[in-house]
Amino acid sequence: MTEKPLSTVAASGSPASGAGAAPAPGAPLLQVEDLEVVLSTGSVTGRVIDGVSFGVGAGRTTGLIGESGSGKTMSAMSIVRLLPDGAETSGRIVWRSQNLLDAPRRRIREVRGREIGVIFQDPLAALNPIQPIGKQVGEILRRGGMARQDVHARVLELLGRAGIPDPEQRVDVYPHELSGGLRQRVMIAMALAGEPQLIIADEPTTALDVTTQARILRLLADLRHQEGLAMLLVSHDLRVMAHVADEVVVMYAGRVAERGPAREVLERPRHPYTRALANNVPAVSTKTAIAEPLQGAPANPFDRPSGCAFHPRCPLAVERCRTEKPELREVEPGRFSACHRATEVAP
Amino acid sequence: MTYYLVKRLAIGLLTIWGVVTAVFVVIRFAPGDQATVALGPDATVEQVEALRHSLGLDRPLLVQYFSYLGDVAALDFGESYRYGRPAMQAVLERFPATVTLTLTATVIALIAGLLLGVLAGQRPGSLLDRAVSTFTLGLQAVPPFWVGIMFILVFALQFRMLPSAGGGSPAHLVLPAVTLSIPFTALVARISRSGIAEAMGEAYVQTARSKGLTERSVLSGHVLKNSLIPVVTVVGLQLGNLLGGAVVIETVFAWPGLGSLLVSAVGNRDFAVVQAATVLIALCVIVLNLTADIVNAKLDPRIRLEAPR
Ligand SMILES: Nc1ncnc2c1ncn2[C@@H]1O[C@H](COP(=O)(O)OP(=O)(O)OP(=O)(O)O)[C@@H](O)[C@H]1O
Ligand SMILES: [Mg+2]
Repeated sequence: MTEKPLSTVAASGSPASGAGAAPAPGAPLLQVEDLEVVLSTGSVTGRVIDGVSFGVGAGRTTGLIGESGSGKTMSAMSIVRLLPDGAETSGRIVWRSQNLLDAPRRRIREVRGREIGVIFQDPLAALNPIQPIGKQVGEILRRGGMARQDVHARVLELLGRAGIPDPEQRVDVYPHELSGGLRQRVMIAMALAGEPQLIIADEPTTALDVTTQARILRLLADLRHQEGLAMLLVSHDLRVMAHVADEVVVMYAGRVAERGPAREVLERPRHPYTRALANNVPAVSTKTAIAEPLQGAPANPFDRPSGCAFHPRCPLAVERCRTEKPELREVEPGRFSACHRATEVAP
Repeated sequence: MTYYLVKRLAIGLLTIWGVVTAVFVVIRFAPGDQATVALGPDATVEQVEALRHSLGLDRPLLVQYFSYLGDVAALDFGESYRYGRPAMQAVLERFPATVTLTLTATVIALIAGLLLGVLAGQRPGSLLDRAVSTFTLGLQAVPPFWVGIMFILVFALQFRMLPSAGGGSPAHLVLPAVTLSIPFTALVARISRSGIAEAMGEAYVQTARSKGLTERSVLSGHVLKNSLIPVVTVVGLQLGNLLGGAVVIETVFAWPGLGSLLVSAVGNRDFAVVQAATVLIALCVIVLNLTADIVNAKLDPRIRLEAPR
C-alpha cells in the first residue's frame, strides 16, 4: 500500500528525534504506518486492523473516533503491544525513530509506562482491587529502584497533581472506596508516574457521569499544556474530540476513513461516514443541514464488505464503491479521506 | 468484627452439639453394644448386665443422652474402658501425630497444587494447561488408599527406600503425607488454575503490563494474591475432609494418630474415645473455617467480616 505523508509531519519534515532530546512541538513523536492486526478467535480469522496510518505530534493530541468495533482500541494498544493473545501485527510503529513492532520485549517493557503511559476505560476494573492505590501508583517507581521514602513523597505529589484532594488520607485506601472520578484520577496519576511523553487514553471518561467527564477532560487538557504531554485519545464521543483533539482519525471497520485537523474534519467532513457521525451529534456540526442519522449496523471487520467497507450504509455509494477499495488520499492540504466521492461530500 | 465472631461462635457451638448428638445416635443404634464387645464371647449374661449397669447403659436413652450432653458441656468425655484413662487424654495424646500428618500433607498440596495451578492457569487453553488439567483429573480420580498401597509396594517393599508403617521419624512421614496430599493437591491445582486463569483476563493485569512489569512481576504482584482467595476458602473447607482422609491413610500406614485410634475405638466399641475424637475433629474444622474467613478478609479488603442483617 502506498503511504501518504502524515498530516502531523512538521514543516521541517524531520523524523522523530532520538531518545533524550525533546522534539519540537508538533514534530512527529509517534507514527503508525500501515498497521495490520490479524486476530484468530477459534475458527474465524480476521484482519481487524487493515492498513491504518496516523501520527501523534509532540505535545499534541490525536483523537481516534469511530463506532464500537471499528478498531480504536486495537490500533491504540498495538503501540504498546497490549493485544489479545494470538494477535499478529505488521506494518510499522515508529516511536522516537525506532520501529516498536520489531523491537525486543525488553524494549517494549521500557517503553511501557516510562515513555508511553496508558489510561484505561473502566478505572474500577483497571485498578487492582486488593492493593492500596498508593502502592499501585508507586509501583513503577519502586521497580525503577527509587527509595521507599522518595516513592511515598512522589506518590503524594502525583495524586495531588491528578487533582485528588487530601492525598495523605487517600494513599492507603482501596479502589472500591473511591468514587469513579477519583479512581480515574488515580489511573491518571499512575500513568504520569513514569513521566511518559505520550499518554494513550482509551475512552477515559466513558465510565463516568457527565459532570465528572468534563472535569477529567479538563484535567487531561491541563496536564497536556503544563507538561507538554502528547496524547492519543480514543473516544466515540465527538463532543469530547472537538474540545480536546488537534487531529482526528476517523476509523471504520478497521480502516481509516478520514484524517485531518480536528475542527475541520468534524465541521466539514470529507467522508460520508464522518458526516453521519457528526450529524448524530447536533452540538458538533454547527450547520446541521442534512439530518441523516447513521443507519444499519457497523461492518464486521471479520467479514468486511467488498470495496469501500462503508458502502452498504453510504447514501453516496455508487457502483465503484462496491468493487474498488478507496485509498486514503489527500483531498485538500492536510485533509485525508478514503472516499471515491470525497470532493462531493457536502457538510 | 465482634458481631461476626459472636455469630460464628454460636454457629460453632450449634455444630458441635449436632456432631455430639449424631455420634450418640449412631453409636446407640450400631450393632453390638459396648459391654458385650468388651467382655468377649465367653461372658455370662449376668456379667454383661452388671457392666451395662455400671456404664449406665441400662438407663432410658433420653436420660443417657442428657447426662452425656451435660458431661460434654463440662468437658468431661468419660473414661476409655480400653485404656483405663480419661478418653480425651487418650485422644489428645494421638492428636499431634495427626496434626503433623495433615499439616505436612497440606503444605505439600499447597506447594504442588499452586505450582500446577500457575502452570496451567497462566495460559488458559494452552497445551500445558490441557496436560496439567488431565494430570490433575487423574490425581483426583485415583482412590488414596490404593495409592497408599502402591506406594508401600513400590517404595517400601520393592526399593526399600522408605518405611511402610509406623511413626516416629521424618522418613515415616513421607509416604502417608504424600498419599494424603494427592486428592488435596488436585483440588488446590484446579481451584488455583481457574482463579489464575480468571485473574489473567482481568483489566488490572493489562494495567500492570502497561506499567512495564515483566510477566513474572505481573504474576507475583497482581495475579497470585488475587487468585488465592478462592484457594483459601476451599482449603479451609476441605481441611475437614483431609482429617477424614487421614483416618483411612493412618490405618493403611499404621500411623499412630487420631485416625487409627478412632478406627480401633469403633471396633472396640470404646464410645468415650469415639465421642472425644469426633468432638475434637469437629472443633478443628470449625476453627479452620473461621481462620480461612479471617485470612480472606486480610487478603481482600472488599470482604467485610461484618455480616449484613
Ligand atoms: N479479544 C478479542 N478477541 C477477538 N476479537 C476481538 C477482541 N477484541 C476486539 N476484537 C475485535 O476486533 C475489532 C476491533 O475491536 P476494538 O476493541 O479495537 O474496537 P473499538 O473501536 O475499540 O470499539 P469500542 O468502542 O467498543 O471499544 C472488533 O471487531 C472486535 O470484535
Ligand atoms: Mg475500545
